[in-house]
Amino acid sequence: MDVEILARIQFAFTVAFHYIYPPLSIGLGLLMVIFEALFLRTGNRQYEQLARFYTKIFGLTFGIGVATGIVMEFEFGTNWAVYSRYVGDVFGSALAAEGIFAFAMESGFLGLLLFGWNRVKPWVHFVATLMVLIGSMFSAVWIVVANSWQQTPTGFHVVGEGLNARAEITDFWAMVFNPSSVDRLWHVWNGSFLAGAFLVLSISAYYILKKRHLELSKKAFKIALVVAAVFSLAQAFSGHSSANVVAKHQPAKLAALEGQYEDSDDAGIMIFGWVNQEERKTIGVEIPSMLHILTHKERGRDTILGLNSFPENERPTAINAIFQFYHIMVGIGFTLIGLSLMALYFWWRGRLFEKKWLLVIFVFSALLPQIANQFGWFAAEMGRQPWVVYGLLRTSEALSEAVTAEQVLFSLILFFIVYLFLFLLFIYLLNKKIQHGPEDLAARNYADAPKRSIKGIVS
Amino acid sequence: METSLSYFLGIDYPTWWFLIVGAVFAGYAILDGFDLGAGSIHLFLKKDQSRRIALNAIGPVWDGNEVWLVIAGGALFAGFPVAYASLFSAFYIPFMLFLVLLIFRAIAIEFRSKEEMKWWRNFWDIAYFIASNSLSLLLGVVVGNLMIGLPLDERGNLVGSWLQLLNPYALLMGFTILALFVMHGIIYLLLKTEGRLYAKLRILLNRAVLLFLSAFTLASAYGLYTYPKLSDDLQNSIYFWLLPSFGVLSILSIPQWVKRRKFILAFISSALGIALMLGVLAFELYPVLLYSTIDPAFHIDVYNAASSQKSLGTMLLIAAIGTPLILGYTAFVFYTFRGKVKLDENSY
Repeated sequence: MDVEILARIQFAFTVAFHYIYPPLSIGLGLLMVIFEALFLRTGNRQYEQLARFYTKIFGLTFGIGVATGIVMEFEFGTNWAVYSRYVGDVFGSALAAEGIFAFAMESGFLGLLLFGWNRVKPWVHFVATLMVLIGSMFSAVWIVVANSWQQTPTGFHVVGEGLNARAEITDFWAMVFNPSSVDRLWHVWNGSFLAGAFLVLSISAYYILKKRHLELSKKAFKIALVVAAVFSLAQAFSGHSSANVVAKHQPAKLAALEGQYEDSDDAGIMIFGWVNQEERKTIGVEIPSMLHILTHKERGRDTILGLNSFPENERPTAINAIFQFYHIMVGIGFTLIGLSLMALYFWWRGRLFEKKWLLVIFVFSALLPQIANQFGWFAAEMGRQPWVVYGLLRTSEALSEAVTAEQVLFSLILFFIVYLFLFLLFIYLLNKKIQHGPEDLAARNYADAPKRSIKGIVS
Repeated sequence: METSLSYFLGIDYPTWWFLIVGAVFAGYAILDGFDLGAGSIHLFLKKDQSRRIALNAIGPVWDGNEVWLVIAGGALFAGFPVAYASLFSAFYIPFMLFLVLLIFRAIAIEFRSKEEMKWWRNFWDIAYFIASNSLSLLLGVVVGNLMIGLPLDERGNLVGSWLQLLNPYALLMGFTILALFVMHGIIYLLLKTEGRLYAKLRILLNRAVLLFLSAFTLASAYGLYTYPKLSDDLQNSIYFWLLPSFGVLSILSIPQWVKRRKFILAFISSALGIALMLGVLAFELYPVLLYSTIDPAFHIDVYNAASSQKSLGTMLLIAAIGTPLILGYTAFVFYTFRGKVKLDENSY
């Protein structure tokens, strides 16, 4: 295999594995902030118990998230040296801002969050948890900004030619607020909140089915359900608005997402289907005219371009994969809305925790946002091909010149083994923490905490 | 890329950014240096209780320390993308190993105390020990190669095999940095421990100081003898006398501070020692970032590697806003967790 394919597989593999964890950290962070806020407000120790329990799971996801996150920062330089030179001026500043504002903030306060329970007063701990959440949301900001700039570049000009060409920022804020960044950021945040909320729903449903920690789990389930309902609905809107940006700025990607080969002045959207890449057509269940309506185009007058209208080397190639990833993501999005609304209905009727079958579904529901998050990114990144920076720099031209296929293969195998091991370990320890369950707080007393001297902050 | 330079306080932006990248790397070496060093002696601590105390001494801060590496990498990428691209692709295999070791180390810290089984804890203890030592060693190898330069062609790509990066000088430098971090880590642990563990660490500290001094002497002698570039610099600039001398003096003062139980001063002395040693590297480099051993015309320096003046200006502003914040909450965390380690149910 050649370097390009191997380097792409390696980046995709390492970033996909990494992306299991940060959304969980952001989502669980939100839930923990809510639990701690309720504890501060009501003084009910059960909320503290929940916050402490989920802190332990959070510690697990956060640790793996940090360790696997440094990998990508290094890979830009090791595998994609030409890309790094080309985008350094733009991408580098976003990455530096991320490190300075976001990472330092989360990691600084993480120590307090994980180890500070008996060291600082509850409100200080709450602030630390809030800071970790804000820090992790900030890190999503800068990464999404950098990636969105690759999708819809603005606020720069190109200096130099050929191999020495590079993009330089002309307007920092235009770069930050490029056409797709705000919509995609919302989409990523919502996806993360859903990942966290459904993990809490899943664990709580499991306990309720097993009749363990009943009172606690019912509380957690209801809180997480509200979060899930709010953000699954919000996700539909942010997804719609994100797709409109694609329609406007990345027409070839839109055509690939919908598997549309012919130009059309009355385009529909597929509910599901299959793209036959040889015969250049897509079969499936279609809602007519819907694409025109959703993208605010006038039927019969505005044309939505199909894949045939783009030269072979200016459009993605893996159309069926992009189509399927995108449609599964959308399908899961609507499933999550349906699940949350159904559970809310039963809650309203007062029968929520009697519906065994619904709780069983919720136990497995934690996987759905994860799959949607992964597949959404696959569709977004594969749909951008053959460009690494849309319309400017080709993926095939962005590789390190000094790196050989053998080296990349070696590191790819290395990462594969390490990550497999890591994943098994994660599942084992997650399961262990869930089996162990929340700690009983009856015996704990704040008076036992070591005496410290900053009055009012450190207890 | 010949654009006019922008200045702040009479210093041009690329030089400012060189100082910032240097300061962040020094910050990384001082902070992660002590937790890497604490890990390097892990297997010398025999009792499970001692190992847990040592782990929990770095528990609340190691993650924050490691973030400095992310910031340093980001700062290099942002300020000098050309140097970042060359350095990282030249060090492909070592950096990939570095990443895997970093992952293993993080996981070992996180997971070792989660199970009671003896084999489980032994396995992670060994992983943690090997990873901590190898990481310091690799960092030193990079420093050594930066001192003597790399065979870079006109596009900034490494010529020849990566194995040449493991030359004797770089390896000696690796051991020097390792010994430096071990010493630094032991001093940090002295601040955090008491009783028999403390007594044991004091003995280890004296050995580490001796180890550092001999590794440093050996590396310097070999470097000066083998590389004319280094010996020329020594003749031409007073700084190459002053910086290492102060560094060594600072480190020689450590046993005295420890004897008087002034551990914070001992820690500051070893931090100063690390900063001064990196100062030597900075003086050796500036204004170059990566020396090409093939042709001086292929050197990558702060001017031909820099981002645009506008970007550098924006990022100087970002750094100016961010630095006080980082220092503020880092100080708060260190303050909250000051004093001797006490194990509780949240501990590793």
